[in-house]
Amino acid sequence: MNRTVATPLTDDVISDLRAGDRVLITGTILAARDAAHKRLVELIEKGEPLPIDVAGQIIYYVGPSPARPDRPIGSAGPTTSGRMDAYTPVLLDMGLKGMIGKGYRSQAVKDAIVRNRAVYLAAVGGAAALIAQSIEAARVIAYEDLGPEAIREMQVVEFPAIVVNDIHGGDLYEQGRMQFERKVGS
Amino acid sequence: MREIDVAEIRDAVARLAIDACYHLGEDVVGFFERAVDEEESEAGRDVFRQLLENATIARGGNLPLCQDTGLAVVFLEVGQDVHFAGGDLGSAIDEGVRRGYGDGFLRKSSVTAPFTERKNTGDNTPAVVHTSIVPGDQVKITLAPKGGGAENMSALSMLKPSQGRPGVVDFVVDTVAKAGPNACPPMVVGVGVGSTFEGAALLAKRSLMREVGSSNPDPVLAELEDELERRCNDLGIGPQGLGGRITVMDVFVQDAPAHIASLPVAVNIQCHSARHKQVVI
Ligand code: SF4
Repeated sequence: MNRTVATPLTDDVISDLRAGDRVLITGTILAARDAAHKRLVELIEKGEPLPIDVAGQIIYYVGPSPARPDRPIGSAGPTTSGRMDAYTPVLLDMGLKGMIGKGYRSQAVKDAIVRNRAVYLAAVGGAAALIAQSIEAARVIAYEDLGPEAIREMQVVEFPAIVVNDIHGGDLYEQGRMQFERKVGS
Repeated sequence: MREIDVAEIRDAVARLAIDACYHLGEDVVGFFERAVDEEESEAGRDVFRQLLENATIARGGNLPLCQDTGLAVVFLEVGQDVHFAGGDLGSAIDEGVRRGYGDGFLRKSSVTAPFTERKNTGDNTPAVVHTSIVPGDQVKITLAPKGGGAENMSALSMLKPSQGRPGVVDFVVDTVAKAGPNACPPMVVGVGVGSTFEGAALLAKRSLMREVGSSNPDPVLAELEDELERRCNDLGIGPQGLGGRITVMDVFVQDAPAHIASLPVAVNIQCHSARHKQVVI
């Protein structure tokens, strides 16, 4: 069953989300990946203001392919989230409410998700042409020089994702694997 | 002696890059079609539905299957009776990559100075080229866009010869387990056993050019492939790591003679976006 959620994510919605829930996200999200995260966290460390406000936002880890002239965006599936682990807890502590990516998160990120009442969602890695259909508009709002790694603001309609880490300590990657694992010799 | 203008190679490379990134191979599409019914996990079946829809949209809309259109890995098999004319072959291949990735709206993911500045080259060059010289007067070009997510989960180990077959099996299964959702499963696993350090890696990468579902003509390797596939699927990682029966689409093993002191094993992980196209000139 899919449930629809609107951005910005409220604490009520977040506390209701459980690992394994399939959601369709509608609203405004931010897009950023490795190089943009590095710059943001360097600014935070220097005590300088950020070019974007992360409070209440969802960051989608994506570096889209170039858009054709008649399209809002090229293909736009998730990239591996683990590369953002070093930067994520500080952003969550500043009020970031959600991340969309693919792959394992560190314990520090999972702890920061619980502590800050946030959520980590996965989109289907490699389903990038399909996912692009749910992105109606996108514009670069910071770090244009980073090309595919620039920070974008996206308007999404029924963007498909699945909850991986929730505030109750649920972890879909662990639970899913445990359910289907066959031990050697069993 | 047959003369081939390098412009022909350039144009072929450009076409192959676009073709590979838009059009998923029939072998992989066929696998998804079966898996949509066979996968036991509901979330897993949903992943296969999305991947089939993705392949249709990419094909119909001239969109890359995945935003990560990779580094361009090029296998060149050059007949020894071929003479290349009209310029430098290496530059022609890079020009082909430049045009294909530009004209096809493919993502440029190549950075120079990898451990310092990491500056994007802007045109996805240079290509990663592996050349072999073969009999004949033809040139076979295989182009495989290789994304970062799965490549990053690949690994190589110089085992002790005493570790033998069980050592090889454990290393492969362990590498797939660690890759998990990061490598966009269901994966294709390319294994190179033997040769030298770089030789094993190349065997692994080359084996990824096989068709999903093809069987190894060597019965010893075929049996090893079957066992590895079973063991990897028993991990329960499933499509996208959400839990399920299908973690790998296939495992391909290629071996070669090794040094008396060595047992190199390379595991090259390929995500489900298993893209490669070839042409013979
Ligand atoms: S691992 Fe493959 S399918 Fe996943 S994002 Fe990278 S290139 Fe795309």
